[in-house]
Amino acid sequence: MFRFQWEEAQDCYVLLYPEGMVKLSPSAGEILKRCDGEKSVAAIITGLSEQYPNADLADDVLKFIEEAVNHGWINI
Amino acid sequence: MAGSISSAGKPLWLLAELTYRCPLQCPYCSNPVDIARYREELDTEDWFRVLRQARAMGATQLGLSGGEPLLRRDLEDIIAEARRLGYYSNLITSGVGMDDDRVAAFREAGLDHIQISFQASNEELNNYLGGSKTFAHKTAMARSVKKHGYPMVLNIVLHRHNIDQIRDILDMTVALNADYVELASTQYYGWSRINVEQLLPTREQLVGAEAAAREYQEKLKGRMKVIYVVPDYFENRPKACMNGWGAIFLTIAPDGSALPCHAAAQLPDLVFPNVRDHDVDWIWNDSPAFNAFRGFDWMKEPCRSCPEQEKDFGGCRCQAYLLTGDPRNADPVCGKSPYHHRLQEEVERLGQLAATGVEKPLVFRNMKASKRLMEEEAVAALASEEQAVRSE
Repeated sequence: MFRFQWEEAQDCYVLLYPEGMVKLSPSAGEILKRCDGEKSVAAIITGLSEQYPNADLADDVLKFIEEAVNHGWINI
Repeated sequence: MAGSISSAGKPLWLLAELTYRCPLQCPYCSNPVDIARYREELDTEDWFRVLRQARAMGATQLGLSGGEPLLRRDLEDIIAEARRLGYYSNLITSGVGMDDDRVAAFREAGLDHIQISFQASNEELNNYLGGSKTFAHKTAMARSVKKHGYPMVLNIVLHRHNIDQIRDILDMTVALNADYVELASTQYYGWSRINVEQLLPTREQLVGAEAAAREYQEKLKGRMKVIYVVPDYFENRPKACMNGWGAIFLTIAPDGSALPCHAAAQLPDLVFPNVRDHDVDWIWNDSPAFNAFRGFDWMKEPCRSCPEQEKDFGGCRCQAYLLTGDPRNADPVCGKSPYHHRLQEEVERLGQLAATGVEKPLVFRNMKASKRLMEEEAVAALASEEQAVRSE
């Protein structure tokens, strides 16, 4: 039901759903971009940590993923 | 858009009214009364062009509506083009003109969401209100939509004739495993305005319906989302109609007229631009019609100095026009409007009328009735011209 895509006009990633849209923050966009139905949460955190070596992001990623599941944006 | 100095937002919501032809004849239809005028429909290429231009300006949500959009044989092509362009497409339909294979074809073409309307929860009333035998088919189509992996979104327009059955309606939607249910109170424009005496619910009916809606919302939490909106004639603050004129909504009527809302064609003294003559960028940013009530400068008192103007944008322009004669007035739903008491008196009068049980027949929405109403309007206009000449 939710579709994730880059929106040029909004300059951000968005989630589209029936008659609505959620604009995502850059970090939320980076996380959801990696949610491909294949990678594990651990692998997503590892990938992000490699790309952003100076950030301690594991807790934030977990928190966001929990929120995303609650909204029905993703299933785990 | 690059170079534009307009303060206009983006037309995020594009409503494509593909046709005003419809196999149903609902007397509360939100289409204009003069549907018979709209015979020259845009062709497939026109729609592709509109989709491309609006998408380039940031449109993301596409409503495919009507009339009955299923009557367009190029609907699958339009859906596929919308998907290719990155729209989230929503088909708003009665279900009549669809079968299981066509739902599969929509899925294949990339349609995102289907909303099916019901007129009532029982076959007899449903078929009476729609003016055709559609109940069994709608039920089958609701199941088909779900089977093909779509969320099931059902829409039921509420009014005096079905509002007392709100529990039966909700039980029906539960039995169909709906995910979302929109209980949309009739809004009184177009056909429903003609039938307002027969359609407006009474206050007692509303109290009962609201209680039932709340109860089901609570009971079904997490399973089915129930959206219920009180009819605004009973409120004392107006709705933020269209989220503001020319703010996010763009409607294209079947003949290519571009409108800031699907009911706007009835407003006087505005020339609505046509996508056959202009591109969407000019229409949205520069056309006089889209700028007529944009922002706050057009407002009269009490809106002009009202601290709530950014919340409701003065309400609905069509309602202001229909009920006060001037689209620049505050929507008379607002308790601050000097016309508010007149609306309340009308609601009271209609409530008393309903209590007498005496009812005029409903005017059903069809091309024949449209032509008759257009002729009557033309005759009335001539008569008032004659009157004006005599009094000079």
